[in-house]
Amino acid sequence: MVVRRRQQRGHRFTESPVLQLALQGWRSRSVALLLMGAFLTLVGRGFYLQVINNDFLQEKGDSRYRRDIEVSASRGKITDRNGDMLAVSTPMRAVWAIPGDARAMPVAQKRQLAALLDMSPKELDGKIGSEKTFVYVKRQVPPETAERIAALKLPGVHQEKEYRRYYPTGDMTAHIVGFTGVDDKGLEGVELAFQNSLLGHSGSRSVIKDRRGQIVEDVGALKPPMDGKDVRLALDSKIQYLAYSQLKAAIESNNAKAGGAIVIDARTGEILALANWPTYNPNNRQHLSGAQLRNRAITDTFEPGSVMKPFTAALSLERGKVHFNTVINCAPGRITIGSATISDAHPHGALTVAQIIQKSSNVGTVKMALAFPAKEMWEMFDSVGFGQAPNLGFPGEVNGRLRPWKNWRPIEQATMSYGHGISISLVQLARAYTVFARDGELVPLSLVRLDDTPVHGVRIFSPQTTREVRAMLEMAVQPEGTAPKARVPGYRVGGKTGTAYKVEGGVYAKKYVASFVGVAPISDPRLVVAVMIDEPTGGAHYGGDVAGPAFSQIMGGALRTMGIPPDAPIQVADAVAGKGRL
Amino acid sequence: MVRFNMILLLTVVICALGVVTSQHRGRKLFQDLEQEQERARQLDVEYGQLQLEMSTWATHPRVEKIARERLHMMAPDAFGRVPQQQVAVLPSKKGAR
Repeated sequence: MVVRRRQQRGHRFTESPVLQLALQGWRSRSVALLLMGAFLTLVGRGFYLQVINNDFLQEKGDSRYRRDIEVSASRGKITDRNGDMLAVSTPMRAVWAIPGDARAMPVAQKRQLAALLDMSPKELDGKIGSEKTFVYVKRQVPPETAERIAALKLPGVHQEKEYRRYYPTGDMTAHIVGFTGVDDKGLEGVELAFQNSLLGHSGSRSVIKDRRGQIVEDVGALKPPMDGKDVRLALDSKIQYLAYSQLKAAIESNNAKAGGAIVIDARTGEILALANWPTYNPNNRQHLSGAQLRNRAITDTFEPGSVMKPFTAALSLERGKVHFNTVINCAPGRITIGSATISDAHPHGALTVAQIIQKSSNVGTVKMALAFPAKEMWEMFDSVGFGQAPNLGFPGEVNGRLRPWKNWRPIEQATMSYGHGISISLVQLARAYTVFARDGELVPLSLVRLDDTPVHGVRIFSPQTTREVRAMLEMAVQPEGTAPKARVPGYRVGGKTGTAYKVEGGVYAKKYVASFVGVAPISDPRLVVAVMIDEPTGGAHYGGDVAGPAFSQIMGGALRTMGIPPDAPIQVADAVAGKGRL
Repeated sequence: MVRFNMILLLTVVICALGVVTSQHRGRKLFQDLEQEQERARQLDVEYGQLQLEMSTWATHPRVEKIARERLHMMAPDAFGRVPQQQVAVLPSKKGAR
């Protein structure tokens, strides 16, 4: 019937009778319903994927092309005041292996790897034979070696970037700079004290990598790496070397056990040099002993001996009890307090206050000290920093020992006046002497370089008192004084010797600590140098003979290094001898 | 109407190709940048190593040793004098470079 109609007459497509064919209603409705159902399923699925399950799928997708990479940051450098390197980090590689994969390595390759890593094949087998899933084959491998290992394309052997710390100045600055452990953690010295600012914080970035492993795009947030800050110390490496080598020479020539030396810039309180012996090489820290590691100048206390006398004299002058030329009778070289007798090494007769310091008379100092109540003496000792840590921020700083004045017996007050019964560290002693170098002001010490900002201290003594004490100190290095060997040609220097008995097991042993502390140039003091030699056994044991020459060398060299003009008047004898000058 | 649609289609295709090429070029440039940054890092490392090497060569003990032993130098005394016989030795010795 349909065919017939088509033949009968032409008509427009839309009016085609085929389309007008009425189907049964349920058929079209059910098709529409099915289509709608399918569509809804699609929408539902879409909703499920895009909204409900989105996070999971996004993560899966990202993991196929997105990589988070760590951007490593390096540890800050430590330099001296002129920018010379004291500690630098340089990248190294850690070679690690997945033992399960690495065991499959052919024997020839194993041998190659062992040779490159400077290990025996047996050692290597031991490492990759372990049951763990991760093992360091060797750490701190130089980058060149690491590249050659990478070129071998060994199965299961991987590399990781790490840093190694180098100390170009080695044993010379070992105590002040300290060192770090394998994970960039400061363990000693400035490395520990400034750990927080030296430490770098590694950043991260997430990127898209292509098939060849190349980064094609940065995506997501970027966390920039924060390199550690550089630390510029107050140390002057030239003066440090001078202090170190002279200290070493003095210890060797006196056959001593240990020693320390400090150079302080009196204007700013900066520590220009701090040397200790024995020392160690921070680049190779095998077989280290505690004695080598100790930063004696800061962490060890000793009974200072006569170097304390100028403080007693200064207090006497300040309170007006005595004048520069007041005569005190020191005969017969002994004084008895309670049941104890204090004596001089060489008996003197009547001495002026200045001569008491020059010749280091115990009796004279004791007589001056006993004119004060204990409290005043304690207050003076406390105000110049004895009995309290010097606050350098350095690990292991000690307070020293200054007992409360209420418990002092007269004999204790007497011995303390010449430096026994009180213990301090070398750095405390040197700091206290800045009082004499700065016209009576005590400044805080600094390990780091200060940018020539004027430093204000706390006033302890009047300028008049300190000028007089300086004159006394200068007399001590004259031929009639205790330390003619501490003189520095061309400069006026002043200082005080110390020869103290060591306490062993509560009693004074026949062992000595020889020391010398001085300031120069006297006309306008700039430097304070303190030298301490522990247990000299080379014949001499007096501070002037043992520590004096080292002081002279260190002070002279430091003054010349800093370009401080000589202030001593040119002597005629020298001028005549100088005719043969070249 | 059909023509207009064709033009729109063409525009879309051209834009799409443009996006593809610019994306590609962007990635190429990014890779170059990446390489240069890597080179900068390498140079930085090398600079650090050279600094280290320099300070190792210039350590004070080494300088003093060379000055004393190879160049036969000695510190003048406080008045700037050097003993006569020490000076006489100098010209016969080869100076360091």
